[in-house]
Amino acid sequence: MAAPMLRGRCLGRCWALACIDSGSRHGRGAATGFTSSGKRGQSFVAQQPLLTAQKSRKGEHKWAAVVGLEIHAQIASNSKLFSGSQVHFAAPPNSLVSFFDASLPGTLPVLNRRCVEAAVMTGLALNCHINKKSLFDRKHYFYADLPAGYQITQQRLPIAVNGSLAYSVCVGKKWRQVITKTVRIKQIQLEQDSGKSLHDELRSQTLIDLNRAGVGLLEVVLEPDMSCGEEAATAVRELQLILQALGTSQANMAEGQLRVDANISVHHPGEPLGVRTEVKNLNSARFLARAIDYEIQRQINELENGCEILNETRSFDYKLGFMPEPNLPPLLLYDTASLPAGADPQQVINIDRIREQLPELPSETREKLIQQYGILPEHSFALLNEVGLLEFFQNVIKETRAEPKKVTSWVLNIFLGFLKQRNLAVNESPVTPSVLAELLNLLDRKVISSAAAKQVFEELWRSKGKTPSQIVSERKLELMQDEEALERVCHAVMEGHPQVVMDMKRGNPRAINKLIGLVRKVTHNRADPTVIKEILEKQLSS
Amino acid sequence: MSVQASPTLFMAAAAAVAARSDVVTLKRVARLHVWTHYGGLGEKCGRVRCCWAIGPGWAGTGASPPRRILSGRVTAEVIEHLERLALVDFGSQEAVARLEKAIAFADRLRAVDTEGVEPMESVLEDRCLYLRSDNVVEGNCVEELLQNAHRVVEEYFVAPPGNISLPKQDEQQPFSHN
Repeated sequence: MAAPMLRGRCLGRCWALACIDSGSRHGRGAATGFTSSGKRGQSFVAQQPLLTAQKSRKGEHKWAAVVGLEIHAQIASNSKLFSGSQVHFAAPPNSLVSFFDASLPGTLPVLNRRCVEAAVMTGLALNCHINKKSLFDRKHYFYADLPAGYQITQQRLPIAVNGSLAYSVCVGKKWRQVITKTVRIKQIQLEQDSGKSLHDELRSQTLIDLNRAGVGLLEVVLEPDMSCGEEAATAVRELQLILQALGTSQANMAEGQLRVDANISVHHPGEPLGVRTEVKNLNSARFLARAIDYEIQRQINELENGCEILNETRSFDYKLGFMPEPNLPPLLLYDTASLPAGADPQQVINIDRIREQLPELPSETREKLIQQYGILPEHSFALLNEVGLLEFFQNVIKETRAEPKKVTSWVLNIFLGFLKQRNLAVNESPVTPSVLAELLNLLDRKVISSAAAKQVFEELWRSKGKTPSQIVSERKLELMQDEEALERVCHAVMEGHPQVVMDMKRGNPRAINKLIGLVRKVTHNRADPTVIKEILEKQLSS
Repeated sequence: MSVQASPTLFMAAAAAVAARSDVVTLKRVARLHVWTHYGGLGEKCGRVRCCWAIGPGWAGTGASPPRRILSGRVTAEVIEHLERLALVDFGSQEAVARLEKAIAFADRLRAVDTEGVEPMESVLEDRCLYLRSDNVVEGNCVEELLQNAHRVVEEYFVAPPGNISLPKQDEQQPFSHN
């Protein structure tokens, strides 16, 4: 199963083998006649296939790419950041809009406590320093989906700064060596989301839906510590898992709850950094790595051809006017030591309390799995990579005597394989944890062989309501328990095929497999191949 | 003919310009003034221009009178850039004269010694920021909201396509405030 890990080396040539699963199988939204634009109308660079397998030219190994990310995550809250209208994904246009969201005169922002808590939780989980005093600003720009003409954000003094995000990278041929990389977090700030524009080219107009306007966003700014698309995608995936574990954001890229802008530049190692370009509005995990790698390759090609890298968005940035938000006083946070006595608990936020209540983070969970069950790191990654899979796994373990390694193998290879083939989520599986546990118990007790178990599993998937034991007895899949009978069969087969026996005596390794195959046929596959082999070898030597 | 910008706009521009000394230094503003001696109707002014300039080192110190310096050329890009920032038209001498007066007026702020004083960003700075509980209490008023709109399409607001950018220097047309 796809593990959120980087495989192979980076630096200009990325082996794009790891597939980053977006966590949602619902894919892209319906294609309509309109194109949906996220923020500034700057759409993602190009939708061309990644230039892979470039023959290594002389100059190519001298390029190093530098990738920084700005990630916007929609806060999972009931109401918006500064108003009491609802946060919900699909709703009739403009039905979740209050007067403030529509920027009607006479309205004022009122900060949502849940959004502040979400920001503090995320900051703590990412090892940030939480600013006890943070300020709100207005960022001015003109766009139809921003009715106020400005966005309330926290540019100057954000709520959290100087954190780090660790993600794991697998190197080496066998992909067994796991290296932890870190990307620094510059800051985390609270800001408003804008509305949605649907561009109608035909009638030369733009349709505006303000349902999303004013929804709380966490902007996480990652320093340019990453060097290729895969690293960036892995970091984003880890952030996604953290946000989901905290419950601060559902971070579903397909639904626009997690949006990524990448800043990319290339340079020769040792020389100053190059001009950076922005690739905006990446909202698919698969696209992310490809788009970044494509842009890196494009820049390398341009520079090698003697051209300059042009940055068109820079001039746009200069136009953004920042000013303090005059309607909001500074946001003050407290810890247990500084908590004012007799303060209304609804009106104060205690950082220490939030820290105490932080749920277990994905990295901790993985570590625990490895310690508790002795499974490999890459398996623990895979278990956390699919929604509900970890719970499924743990439920199976609870009810079975089979070894964790066996359970892991069954869950990650066979069970997950079936799910993926039929494009199902874990909670849509027709096989429940207890059913799988029962099957594994049969296997563990050697009632059935491994091959038979797979057959039973297939049957279980197709027909609900039957238990594994029922299927086993119905299809007579039990292993032969009578060893004497098996010995007689082996003997008979050996008598019937003297040439093969001669081959075996001469030391041909494939001969014994032929014999095993013959015995299995005779016993209708109800004998364990390893046992057959043992008996044959014993009979041969006697 | 270019339209006169109001004094307050100039003030805002001047203040913005004065504050953003890393982007547009006042020197460039002065050069701008210089250029427009030549600009407008494209006449050439024979004399070496006079202009006033406040060098970057001046910012932040106590009041000191503007010095007169000789300036170099100002490119059309700078003009355009300033015009975009402030949305004012510097095409006429009168407009630039107003700008000079506005900058001089704003400069008098620097007569106040603000050493060690924290800037005030909000008159509410001593107030408590109220935290609202996360409940849904408003919304669901699409009809009321759409009443304000000039045009609607099926409960969407209708806006013109994308952003309309200012025309380039060579295509410059009289700037309309509507």
